[in-house]
Amino acid sequence: MGDWVQSLIDGGMVPAAIPAWVHYLTAALVFGGVIVFGFVLPIAGITTWVERRIVGRIQSRIGPNRVGPAGFLQWLADGLKSMLKEDIVPTAADGPLFRFAPYVVMTGFVGTFAALPFTSALIVADLNVGILYVTSVTALVVVGILMAGWASNNKWSLLGGIRSAAQIVSYEIPAGLSIFPIVLLTGSLSMQDIIRSQGAGPFSWYLFANPFTFVAFFVFFVSALAEGNRTPFDLPEAESELVAGFATEYSGMRSVLFFMAEWGNLYVIGAIVTTLFLGGWQIPFAFENRIVQHVLEFATFFLKSYGVGVLVPIWLRWTLPRIRVDQMMTMCWKYLVPIAFVNLLGTAAWMLWVAPWVQMLVRVTLLGATFAGILMFLRRVVYHLEYAKLGRRHLSFNPLGTARSPG
Amino acid sequence: MGLGNYLRTIKEAVQTIGEGMAVTASHMVRKPVTLEYPDRLPDDVRVQDTLPFRYRGMLEVDLEICTACLACERACPIDCIVIDAEKDKAAGGLVMTRFDIDMAKCMYCGLCSEPCPTGAIHHTPEFEGADYSLESLVRRFVKAPTIAYRPKKAGETDPQIKPILDRGLRYIAEFAKGGES
Repeated sequence: MGDWVQSLIDGGMVPAAIPAWVHYLTAALVFGGVIVFGFVLPIAGITTWVERRIVGRIQSRIGPNRVGPAGFLQWLADGLKSMLKEDIVPTAADGPLFRFAPYVVMTGFVGTFAALPFTSALIVADLNVGILYVTSVTALVVVGILMAGWASNNKWSLLGGIRSAAQIVSYEIPAGLSIFPIVLLTGSLSMQDIIRSQGAGPFSWYLFANPFTFVAFFVFFVSALAEGNRTPFDLPEAESELVAGFATEYSGMRSVLFFMAEWGNLYVIGAIVTTLFLGGWQIPFAFENRIVQHVLEFATFFLKSYGVGVLVPIWLRWTLPRIRVDQMMTMCWKYLVPIAFVNLLGTAAWMLWVAPWVQMLVRVTLLGATFAGILMFLRRVVYHLEYAKLGRRHLSFNPLGTARSPG
Repeated sequence: MGLGNYLRTIKEAVQTIGEGMAVTASHMVRKPVTLEYPDRLPDDVRVQDTLPFRYRGMLEVDLEICTACLACERACPIDCIVIDAEKDKAAGGLVMTRFDIDMAKCMYCGLCSEPCPTGAIHHTPEFEGADYSLESLVRRFVKAPTIAYRPKKAGETDPQIKPILDRGLRYIAEFAKGGES
């Protein structure tokens, strides 16, 4: 973006009398605005609709289906309603902090989009410390949540805030440690470099690079879920224990900002996972037409990150119950952290001492094992359908043509 | 905690989460069971027909088999049932002049239908009881003075009353037994 502004200034496209920093600031604001209103907010909003539809189906319901086709415009209706709601600040609350907290959370979340590589060219800033920047700017969310919990002057909110702080600070460690193996393999912290050093096909993804990165993927995914306060780690807002945790006292648009950050964070998780482990925007073919190339790259990146970061966590959320605080801590410190350390050392050892042909063999094995795992999983799904003795008329989609019984 | 135990915990976590996700995934391909009451029902479906036999909706009285024993009136905890019945030798038995149920008061507890000897007073699956005034929620079953039903020792033979009585007795049987509907 900087080069582009510089070229505008050099080319006399903008008044030269105004100092250059004004142009940079304007460009940054316009670009940020376009990204926030054109991409981030719709993604977060549409995700709420997607989640409610999927949950409906998991619970044999329909989900929102009245506003627009299949209820698609539900998120706009919800947003409009929230904007018209009264913005209440409790008299006992710390006013300025209370009002400021949602913005901090939102900043922490939107800030990550500055370094997300949507295509080979579409990236706001290809920082040389990209992945480090993303992890640290996400940590800003905890400050906002703690601020909200404290400023609400409410025991539930404070407990939620404290839990969130404990949770995010703890899970930063396995998340960070699971990024290191990838950084070792790439030799760079830049998001684009990480993607470029992978390939288009699953074979050359870092997910299958060695057994340690394979495990690191899951460790990172779990830690990222915990950092994003998603079920089964939604302790900070555990509605059965803490009403709504740090968001208890918030109403109207401020409350929506928290939830927008939560749902938007899902996409960010997916984008980071896609960048690190799933080959990012890499597509197998190069096209003459740069537009086609970038559209395809964008679609690849978007589908991967939306599937991994949004659909799978939603699915998990409605499968698993919330874990207890002590279980959350046990999982982090006794399981994820040691495993993440082993991954880091293992990857280093792998790069140093393992012969290339062994590496190749292990790649193939891992890929095969993953496919076998997916097949086994599908077999279990079909088993559960058969066990329920469902007829064709009970199914909207018949996997593998099985589960036949006279309906 | 030994290493074997540690690894087993991890294995179990992975396995059980996978199994749980398989269950929810199998639900995702099923059709929703929701009936979109009231405005998007399929043409041939009335929601009332899909409810179980023992569903406790609006009360109804089959005057043809009511013995005017007043058991329901006495059982009602909130006195929403009022029955007037007098002996009339000329007519040949009890003559009912009033059988009112105030559905505005009724709390659908079902205590009235339990002591009923013939199953004359029973709940229906009908639940759409909204109205514009409290008065119109009082259901008056006796339109004209009616002779109360007297059970026959040999069993009912009248083809008009037989099915009503059978239904009433089935209702009592299922209510008292509490079996599956």
